[in-house]
Amino acid sequence: MKPIISIQNLTKTYATGVHALKPINLEIHAGEIFALLGPNGAGKTTLISIICGVVNPSGGVVKVDGNDIIRDYRASRTKIGLVPQELATDTFETVWATVQFSRGLFGKPDNPAHLEKVLRDLSLWEKKDAKIQTLSGGMKRRVMIAKALSHEPKILFLDEPTAGVDVTLRREMWAMVRTLREAGVTIILTTHYIEEAEEMADRIGVISKGELILVEEKSALMTKLGKKQLTLQLQSPLDAIPESLAPYKLELADKGQALVYTFDTQATETGIAALLKRLNELGIDFKDLQTRQSSLEDIFVSLVSNPS
Amino acid sequence: MNFLAIRAIYRFELARWFRTLVQSIISPVISTSLYFVVFGSAIGSRMSAIDGVSYGAFIVPGLMMLAILTESISNASFGIYIPKWTGTIYQVLSAPVSAFEVVTGYVGAAATKSICLGVIILATARVFVPYEIAHPIWTIAFLVLTSVTFSLFGFIIGIWADGFEKLQIVPILVITPLTFLGGSFYSISMLPPIWQKITLFNPVVYLVNGFRWSFYGISDVSVGTSLGMTLLFFFVCLGIVWWIFRTGYKLKQ
Repeated sequence: MKPIISIQNLTKTYATGVHALKPINLEIHAGEIFALLGPNGAGKTTLISIICGVVNPSGGVVKVDGNDIIRDYRASRTKIGLVPQELATDTFETVWATVQFSRGLFGKPDNPAHLEKVLRDLSLWEKKDAKIQTLSGGMKRRVMIAKALSHEPKILFLDEPTAGVDVTLRREMWAMVRTLREAGVTIILTTHYIEEAEEMADRIGVISKGELILVEEKSALMTKLGKKQLTLQLQSPLDAIPESLAPYKLELADKGQALVYTFDTQATETGIAALLKRLNELGIDFKDLQTRQSSLEDIFVSLVSNPS
Repeated sequence: MNFLAIRAIYRFELARWFRTLVQSIISPVISTSLYFVVFGSAIGSRMSAIDGVSYGAFIVPGLMMLAILTESISNASFGIYIPKWTGTIYQVLSAPVSAFEVVTGYVGAAATKSICLGVIILATARVFVPYEIAHPIWTIAFLVLTSVTFSLFGFIIGIWADGFEKLQIVPILVITPLTFLGGSFYSISMLPPIWQKITLFNPVVYLVNGFRWSFYGISDVSVGTSLGMTLLFFFVCLGIVWWIFRTGYKLKQ
C-alpha cells in the first residue's frame, strides 16, 4: 500500500548544535492511527513540526501523499491539520472568527455548514461567539482541534492532544479521533499517556534521543515484547528462594510473602505447571495466585531505558 | 496564488484594528489635532507664510506623514509580532501560503489602516486650516507608497523584536525624532547652511518634501529625488523581507 507519509533519512540539527533527529525513516499508512511515543526531548515535536512546515529539515526527504514538503509545499500542507502541544490561541478573537481564519489560510472558501459541524462535534457550537480568552483550558484545546479540522484535512497531527485535559474530555477526544479515523482521516499523535496509545493506536513508534528505535503494530508489539507475571501469595513467608528453584529465576516480593515468576507468553512451555509441581514437592504452599500482563508502559520504559 | 489566504489574513488584521479603534484612529487624530491647534492656529497665526503657504497649511503634509509613518510601523509590527508572541504563528507557517501571500496579507492590512488614518487626518486638518491639493494623484501615490514601505519596515521590526519594548524602540527613538527633524514643521532652507547639509542624510526629509510638493508644489528637494529615495527604501525593505523568509530568520528554526 502506498504510504500517505513517507520519511526518508530525515535529520534535524538546530543552530545550537543539538542533533534533534538522527536519520529517521518511517512510513505512515493512510487511515491509520499512529502513536509516536518518547520521553521529553526525544524529537517527537521536531519530527511533527518538520512534516507540517513549522521547522526546516536539515536533510532527508518527506513526502505527504506523494508531494515533497519543500518543493510541493502547497499540495502537502493542504492535506495536513496540526494541533500543536502548546495552547496557542488568538486570545481576543471569537471561536467562530478563529476557525474561519484557519479555513481561509488553507485556501478553502467559506463554508459555514462545515464549520458548524466541526464546532458541534467538539461541543463548541454554544461558544461560537465567545472570545477565546473566556474559555477554559479544555475548551481552548477543543478550539485548536476545531481550527485544525476547519479545512477538512486528510491527515491530522495531534501533538500531546490531551495534556492537561480532564479524564472526561480525554475520553471525548478519543471518541472524536476514532470518528475521524472512520471518516478516513489518518491520525498521528504523540503522547505521554501510554494508555492513550494503548487505547487508540493501530501502530506505535518509539523515538528516543532523536532515533526511531521501534515501529510496530500495537498488538504485535504487546505480544512480542509483552511479558506475563505469575504472583503466588505464600502461606508462610520465605527468607530466601530455595536453590532448587533457581532455574525459574523467581523473585521474592512483599517481604517474603510472595513469589513472582516471569514467563514468556510466546514460549511453547510457560513452565507454570512444572513450577507449581516443584513448589508442592518442596512443601511451599500458597493461598492465592494471580497473573499480570505487562502494559505498553512497561514495554515503553524497557525500550527507552535499554533500546538495544 | 492563494487569494483566499491573503483575504483571510487581511480580514483578520482589519478585525483586530476595529477592536482597537480608539488606539488606532482616535488617538492619532486627537494628537494631530492638538498639533494643529498649537502650531497651526495658536503659534502659526503669528508666523509668516513659507513660500507663500500659511504656516498652518504648511505643516499639514508633515503631520500626516508623522502619523502615517508611526502607525504603519506600529500596525505592521504588532500584526506579525502578536502571533509570534502567542505562538499562533504556527498556523501561518503550516498553511499552504507563500512568503508573498503572507506579506501581502499583513502589510496590505497595515497599509490600509495607515491610508485610512491619513485620509481622516487630512479631513480633520480642514477643520483647523484651509489648504489645497495641487497634485492629488501624486498625493495618493506618495500616501500609498509611504504607507506600504513603512508597513514593510514595521513587518521587519515585528519579526526582529523579541519583546514589546523592542517594538516601541524604533518608532519612538528613531522615526519620531527623524520626522520632527525632517522638515515637518519647517522648511530646511530656514536652517543654518551646515544643518541644511546634515539634514539631507535624514530620509524622512525626502518623504515629507515629496508629499508637501504634491500639496503645494513647493519642496526643499526635487520631487524626483523624493520619489527615488522613497522607492529605494521600499526596495531595501522588500529585500530584507525576502531574506527573512528565505532564511527563516526568527520565524522558523
